[in-house]
Amino acid sequence: MSATTAVRRVGHRLHSRLHYRVRRYAVEGVCLLVGLAIVIWSLTPIYNMWLIALSLHGDIFSGELWPSNPSLESFRVVIYEDFWYLARFWHQFGNSFYVGLMVTFLTLFIGSLASFTVGRMRLRNGWILTNAALMTYVIPASFLAIPIYRIMQIYGLGDHLASVILALTTFATPYAIFIFSQYGKSIPMELDESARIDGANPWQIYFRIYLPLMSPALVAVGTYALLLAWNEYLYNFLLLSSPASMTVAVALAQFLNSDESPWNYMMATAIIYALPPIILYYGFRRHMAAGLTMGGVKG
Amino acid sequence: MSSTTQPLPHYVRPFASGRTWYPNWFGGLHGSERSWAIAFFLPYAAVFLAFIVYPVVYGIWLGSDPELYAELFVQPRYLTTVVNTLLLVGVGVNVKMFLAFLLSGFFVIPNRWIKALLVLYMLPWALPALPAFLSLHWMLIGYGGFLNSALETWFDIDGPIWFNSYPLAMGANILAYIWKWMPFWTLVFVAGRMAIPQEIYEAAAVDGATGIRRFTYVTFPLLANLYLICTLLSTLWTVGDFTTAYFVSSGAPALQTETLATFGFRMAFDQGYPRLGIAAVMVTLPLLIPLTILLMRRVQATEVQL
Repeated sequence: MSATTAVRRVGHRLHSRLHYRVRRYAVEGVCLLVGLAIVIWSLTPIYNMWLIALSLHGDIFSGELWPSNPSLESFRVVIYEDFWYLARFWHQFGNSFYVGLMVTFLTLFIGSLASFTVGRMRLRNGWILTNAALMTYVIPASFLAIPIYRIMQIYGLGDHLASVILALTTFATPYAIFIFSQYGKSIPMELDESARIDGANPWQIYFRIYLPLMSPALVAVGTYALLLAWNEYLYNFLLLSSPASMTVAVALAQFLNSDESPWNYMMATAIIYALPPIILYYGFRRHMAAGLTMGGVKG
Repeated sequence: MSSTTQPLPHYVRPFASGRTWYPNWFGGLHGSERSWAIAFFLPYAAVFLAFIVYPVVYGIWLGSDPELYAELFVQPRYLTTVVNTLLLVGVGVNVKMFLAFLLSGFFVIPNRWIKALLVLYMLPWALPALPAFLSLHWMLIGYGGFLNSALETWFDIDGPIWFNSYPLAMGANILAYIWKWMPFWTLVFVAGRMAIPQEIYEAAAVDGATGIRRFTYVTFPLLANLYLICTLLSTLWTVGDFTTAYFVSSGAPALQTETLATFGFRMAFDQGYPRLGIAAVMVTLPLLIPLTILLMRRVQATEVQL
């Protein structure tokens, strides 16, 4: 290193120290601007939901930016099922929960069993099975809606919650197998072997060793499956038609049948409907990250 | 199903020979192990056969008549629909991925309020799609919608009726799509950036790679594969996107902003012509199959170093 560069470096260091504060404030300012833009971008549609839900029926679309007579009336209507589209709201909410929990359970159960077989039982061509599962995504789920609608009638599952549960489980399982296979590689095979020497059969190895060690991946995929079921509309709509078997997503879309629907009731329903996944996501946020770094693919 | 039920001596069994003309799925496993493996794999095999293989075969059979395709292309809205789907995939996916990649750089800044902001930023993704898109629809409804009211109050601008114009309605769909799904991919890229060991940055800094050069020579090459895999997956999922076009623009104006999924749906369930609905979506297979093969090769090659 020559002397001139050393001198220049010292000078530069003094110079940068003088401007350090200015630069730091500039960086902070840019960060603040980006942050503000993100807040406005993310929250405007959500604010709009609250605006409509808190307005009285006559005040919606009157050009207000905040409700002039904020009222919880629409939430009361939803909670007491006081409107004919919402006559069975809590029953339908229960249906949504049932579908969500069953999809989660079945996805975890079927997916973990399959990936245990592929990953832990030393199948010679196991990777083909994993790839076959991923091939499911060649055809987007919405494109299979028409044949699946017909096939559910053939299976005798028309207007039955089981039809939606089975269809959604089918679309969530390939992803589960993918993540479980990736995650399972981090669990040493020696554990299985020592259990086998101690006389454990494959079911015991699966249930006592594999599942407990897989719990971070199980939580991540479980959250994914529940959110998938909660987000889904097309299959719910196609396969469930009677008010008794409808889920909230279908009941919500009923409001669109008329141009004069009480949109404030619809938005209040939407907000109540949106709460469980949000609570769930924030509860399991940290575990989700573990699942993401393992697979990095989720939708 | 234990080994006692297999009367053949072991040298007659196919796996004893090592090579058979068919893939020996449960080869290498013996006796009860083999039965367990079959029992464990059975649930998935059953679901896969009943709800993937059967529908796919049935769909291909429904859409196998070549005349359907001739009929399809004379449908007045079909070509617009194809263009719309390509726009949503081409513009929507790429803009979303690019912005998500940039924003992931913002969210890894170690700062307490930026961490808090990430929690807020994830809200659109945690929100169910249906209420979110309905809200966006009413926000953009034109007179009395939130956006136009805000434009009028704050900037004294008379906003357009968004869903009366094709470019505005299509733009609204694409923006709504980006709004809903960008947080998720940002999170994936944040996870990817976090996985880069700090030592690599330190070594690069010693070699003089800081600032923009650190990005072009270190961060981007390391994340390029993740970026490609994510873009491919997102493309596959977006081609079949139904909710955005169905709820945000509802096809307005005059069914001009439909995508393939909503078009197929309308043909099958509103017009009662399921074969045409199937044919409408089958057209994408020549695009989707190579994309999936490419995706698998990338995933296989990298063993998912995400």
